Amino acid sequence: MSTFVFVLAAIGAVGGATAVVALRDPFYSVLALVVHLLSLAVLFLLLRAELVAAVQVVVYAGAVMVLYVFVVAYVGDGEETLRERFSSSLSQPALRGLGAAVGVALLTELLIALLGAGLKMVEGEGAPYHPGPRTFGTPAFIGKLLLTRFLIPFEVASFLLLVAAVGAVLLAGRERERTVEEAERARELAGVGR
Amino acid sequence: MTIGAYLAVSAIVFALGVAGVIAKRNPLVVLLCLELMLNGANLALIAFSRMWGNGDGQIFALVVMAIAACEVAIGLGLIVAIYRRQLPIDVDRLKELKG
Repeated sequence: MSTFVFVLAAIGAVGGATAVVALRDPFYSVLALVVHLLSLAVLFLLLRAELVAAVQVVVYAGAVMVLYVFVVAYVGDGEETLRERFSSSLSQPALRGLGAAVGVALLTELLIALLGAGLKMVEGEGAPYHPGPRTFGTPAFIGKLLLTRFLIPFEVASFLLLVAAVGAVLLAGRERERTVEEAERARELAGVGR
Repeated sequence: MTIGAYLAVSAIVFALGVAGVIAKRNPLVVLLCLELMLNGANLALIAFSRMWGNGDGQIFALVVMAIAACEVAIGLGLIVAIYRRQLPIDVDRLKELKG
């Protein structure tokens, strides 16, 4: 049973990731990423990481992806169209080929490093697990770790989130009127590819 | 399933993310591919956490999620600012960040 669920979730995760990279419209890419995140949450559950799976669904697939959907709807689909632009350093097929080559090389290397090492524990199912209210991966277990051994990373992460929120408001907040100089540069940049 | 199977999935997802970051031009999609890379790393962390049976990897994964949320907030803020200034939304043509 767990093998069956693993295969389904792994297909969802890899398929979702492929769709994010392959689809042309950013809006569909975002939706594919949601599928990917939900499949990953299932994998986390299979690995007995209950709290992380819940956070993944609620925070990641819920809140963060809503932000993406809004921004994609606001900005539009950019210009990820079939149109070739010869002005850029590399043409679109060359970029795709380069991306695929680097991806395949990295994948081979990672698989050799992870699986070819022949570590005994990698072949196993993991440490023994006994279900219970305070066992490995439950909210009580993670919460206790966060407030004892990992208190400083926890506080630093919360401060970082605060800084990021303030920074995002500053960046995306209402701007002053554009100066003539800026307008000119924008026109210049926009005209480069035409 | 063995831990190795989870690690293989995480390696595939990470490599797909890298390929996307290199090949895509729309900064929105580049951010999405960065998310893929972070999620691949997260899956590996949680698999290793299960392998050893202690919670360190899961804490690390939660911190990675917080970092990813920060990155999304700043990245999307930048994209909205770029859009407001009517600059092209294309990583090849955005060569400087000077406001």
